[in-house]
Amino acid sequence: MILRLVERTVVLLVSLAVSSVLVFAFLAVLPGDPARVALGVNASEDAVAELRRQFGLDRPLTTQYVDWLGGLLQGDFGISYISKAEIGPQIADRFQVTAWLVVTAMVIALLVAAPAGTVMAARHRKLSGLALSALSQVGVAVPAFLAGILLIMVFAVKLGWLPANGWTPPAEDPVMFMKQLALPALSLGLVQGAVLTRYVRSAVLDVLREDYLRTARAKGLRPFPALWRHGLRNAAVPVVTVLGLQLATLLIGAVVVERVFVIPGLGSLLLDGVSSRDLLMVQDVVMVLVVAVLVVNFLVDLLYVALDPRLRVSR
Amino acid sequence: MKSYLSPVVALLGSAALLAVTACSAGAGSSSGSGSPGATQSLAIGLVAEPASLDFTTTDGAAIPQALLGNVYNGLVKQDESGKIVPDLAKSWTLSPDRKTYTFTLVDNAKFSNGQAFTADDAVFSIDRVKTSWTTSLKAAMDVVQSAKAVSPTQLQVTLAKPSNDWLFRMTTRIGAMFSKTGVDKLATEPVGTGPYTFGSWKRGDSIVLQRNDDYWGTKPHFGQVTLKYFKDPTALNNALLTGTINVIGTVQAPEALSQFTSNDKYQVIEGTTNGEVLLSFNNSRPVLKDIRVRQAIRAAIDHKALLDTCWAGRGKLIGSMVPPTDPWYEDLTSAAPYDLPKAKSLLQAAGATGKTLRLRLPTLPYATSCGQVVKSQLEQAGLKVQIDQLEFPAAWLTAVLKNADYDMSIIAHVEPRDLGAVFNAKYYTRYDDPTLQQALAAADAGDEATQVAEMKKAAKRLSDQAAADWLFLLPNLMVADKDLKGLPQNAITESLDLSTLSR
Repeated sequence: MILRLVERTVVLLVSLAVSSVLVFAFLAVLPGDPARVALGVNASEDAVAELRRQFGLDRPLTTQYVDWLGGLLQGDFGISYISKAEIGPQIADRFQVTAWLVVTAMVIALLVAAPAGTVMAARHRKLSGLALSALSQVGVAVPAFLAGILLIMVFAVKLGWLPANGWTPPAEDPVMFMKQLALPALSLGLVQGAVLTRYVRSAVLDVLREDYLRTARAKGLRPFPALWRHGLRNAAVPVVTVLGLQLATLLIGAVVVERVFVIPGLGSLLLDGVSSRDLLMVQDVVMVLVVAVLVVNFLVDLLYVALDPRLRVSR
Repeated sequence: MKSYLSPVVALLGSAALLAVTACSAGAGSSSGSGSPGATQSLAIGLVAEPASLDFTTTDGAAIPQALLGNVYNGLVKQDESGKIVPDLAKSWTLSPDRKTYTFTLVDNAKFSNGQAFTADDAVFSIDRVKTSWTTSLKAAMDVVQSAKAVSPTQLQVTLAKPSNDWLFRMTTRIGAMFSKTGVDKLATEPVGTGPYTFGSWKRGDSIVLQRNDDYWGTKPHFGQVTLKYFKDPTALNNALLTGTINVIGTVQAPEALSQFTSNDKYQVIEGTTNGEVLLSFNNSRPVLKDIRVRQAIRAAIDHKALLDTCWAGRGKLIGSMVPPTDPWYEDLTSAAPYDLPKAKSLLQAAGATGKTLRLRLPTLPYATSCGQVVKSQLEQAGLKVQIDQLEFPAAWLTAVLKNADYDMSIIAHVEPRDLGAVFNAKYYTRYDDPTLQQALAAADAGDEATQVAEMKKAAKRLSDQAAADWLFLLPNLMVADKDLKGLPQNAITESLDLSTLSR
């Protein structure tokens, strides 16, 4: 157990180090000069050069990288090239927004997938199982932004039940917060739920074929109680893996959904940063996203051990 | 088993809890748009959000759009028909040698930091453009030799040489009046004399302006105006349809207008702008150096059909670099009528038939959609066109604007009176023409009548020389609640004037 923890931690740290180099390197080769974008269409070469100096873009890449990483490790995200504002507080602000969206979507996805997937597996030869299966297939095919647009058309524009866009922090107006969160979280969550359903189904199917479940059935337990008592925990292992991996997909989906619903989250910050070549901002945001994904996967690894005692045996 | 499970669950649980508390804790600190209170409020949907609030060091049209005329006043401003009219300067005179302007200032204007506005502030603001501004626009102030305060309400500005353009530029952001004691935090706390004061800014979402109850002029109707920013045209339309906003400030997709024109809850406003959509040529390229090729391209394009196809027929055909709101506007659309046989024979004569031109398009809606039409029309005349998309702004600015690595491009030039800025040897058009420069110099130095005559000459010259092709003038398209009054028909200034709006 301890060994596994150490091993996983080393993997996490190495991945973080490698990603930081990659993020920095990719953005360094991105075409487009931040100073030129900041100064606009008629800027003189002198002014551009001066601004590049102010941004520190004239220093060697290695120096820029070391300074950037050093700052990050001390919690200093630097100052935006374009807005001249501190990046750290902005990311913190936006991260909360995206976290609400992603976590709510994840909960919705689980609420949809766990029962639907189990029913699909348990009744995989019955009509109801097949119907659900077909429905989830449709869900898999629909991208989150399209689901978002459809939900807006129906619930905001036609019916007028929920707002089509906007964001209010929960502390400011909890009711408005929930109203505005509903549609974007649903459009992400439903699509993600459809994907997850298929994993739940196959995980439960695998478990159904296990000897111990057959034994349980033989002893007279009906299918669902048997699953509930002996199977679900085992089925949870592969599902948790997928859930961890899906966080990355969900974050990417959130970038697009934030645009459709005009939500000031990390996604819109990232897109604005890219288009205005606010490189430091982009580096920071991408790095925050990378850290979030890696840390969640790390936690998922630990969760396996909790769920599956067989993994606890030291190798 | 339990002993293993619970610590991990507890860890995850507390992490989730932490996340939740962090969320709600942080949420409290970011203040929202505030309650409208007893006064009426208005929300306007716009496209480009400012990067900062300081237009003295950050370029981009979004900052003056929000702040100029609303938070800041100038000495003079431009009315909707293009005329220069008083703002903080009640009146002004020009010396016979056309070099010294004497302005009489209003005596009751106050900055939002409580300081009175005087001629000293005007001197400070004018000098500061030269010393502290970093955007390229500051060059328009170079012609000023000295600015001095004769009395608290008398300002004298002496130019190095006569320049009509200077007074005009004073209507733009470089003419904004700042407080001597209010320029420390321009990027976050702008201080001006305008009808509105800066309220709050939720980055990525909106800017709120509050009515300035100490305003020296006519107080605006709306107590609070929210400028809400949308990246996505559909989201912008939905916001109006669902009542989140009252006005769409700039329609991004004219083809989607029908959902508003067919609904009697809304009014659609259509006027003109300063945005000439250019099919720009790199006049230094061997093929395009030949005037016959350039004229052939103009003749090969059916402008009416193009406008109908790529911008839903909304917009105006102009035929040169002058919008109808400039005093020297002439309809030059007949100078280069659509004439396919002529285009073919001109190309043949120039030996350019079958040549390939690279059309490098910025990723902007009008450029992308019109680029395809241009390609197909030019190919009918016998040219080959290779379309190449460049991400806007960064990639396009570097490749086309800075390095002039292109044959043709499509971009709207939205700066006012930008004929001289766009067509010169140093700019990306690489258009080197002494005749044009002479006309421009004469226009700037002469009296009003000379200016008009020489500018007409300049515009005609550009059109005759086919220095570019003018596809159309971007329309000012707005959609608003039916009962909203005072929206500008033409959007020709850098500012979106909120003070005239009412219900």
